Amino acid sequence: MKVNNVILQTVTKVATYIILTFAIYLFLAGHHNPGGGFIGGLVIASAVALLVLVYDVKTLKAVFPFDFKILAAVGVLIAVVTGMGSFVFGKPFLSQSFGYFNLPIFGETELATAVIFDVGVALAVLGTALSIIFTISEDISLWKH
Amino acid sequence: MFNLLLLGALFVFAVAIALFLYRVCKGPSIPDRIIAMDAIGVSLIAMMAILSILLKTDAFFEVILLFGILSFIGTVSFAKFIERGVLVDYDRNR
Repeated sequence: MKVNNVILQTVTKVATYIILTFAIYLFLAGHHNPGGGFIGGLVIASAVALLVLVYDVKTLKAVFPFDFKILAAVGVLIAVVTGMGSFVFGKPFLSQSFGYFNLPIFGETELATAVIFDVGVALAVLGTALSIIFTISEDISLWKH
Repeated sequence: MFNLLLLGALFVFAVAIALFLYRVCKGPSIPDRIIAMDAIGVSLIAMMAILSILLKTDAFFEVILLFGILSFIGTVSFAKFIERGVLVDYDRNR
């Protein structure tokens, strides 16, 4: 059955960009302010949940052609390897360091190694949430394809 | 005076949320309950904005944005559920 929901699809095309921009802002604000990898990943997952509500699983599987369980595993691997990277410098597990660098556009910017750990956390949360959403959205009509 | 006005607005929104909760529990049909829950979300966003004016802080702005996003997704999913009966379909052109 073909339904006409062009208003919802047009709104979603704009709102998804806003939600993803807000997710990146929350991810980058996590060093000093409320935010971080966990809720950044959750907001990205909510944007994908909105897309899969308005469009369908087939389109989303064509847009994201990878397995989300593997994505969660890669995220955990990045987080653990980043934590173990402090063994090279003889420091305890999950130690972090930061420095101030002169970047071309942003001027003097604080770069911290905790951001790489946050990338791992965000990927793990994103993979877990999206695999849950895609698993509970499967119905019996999926087995016929 | 201005603070008194803001406190009065907070009280009015609290009464409105109580009435919306009555509509959620008592509502005769499903769309009444869904519209009441969406209105609860809007009223909570307004209460958070008034609270951030009262406390002279900008710490609640991200909470307001996040709550707006979640309320929008919740309302869209409820509306799709009562219209189609299924939340996520495999192929929308089938």
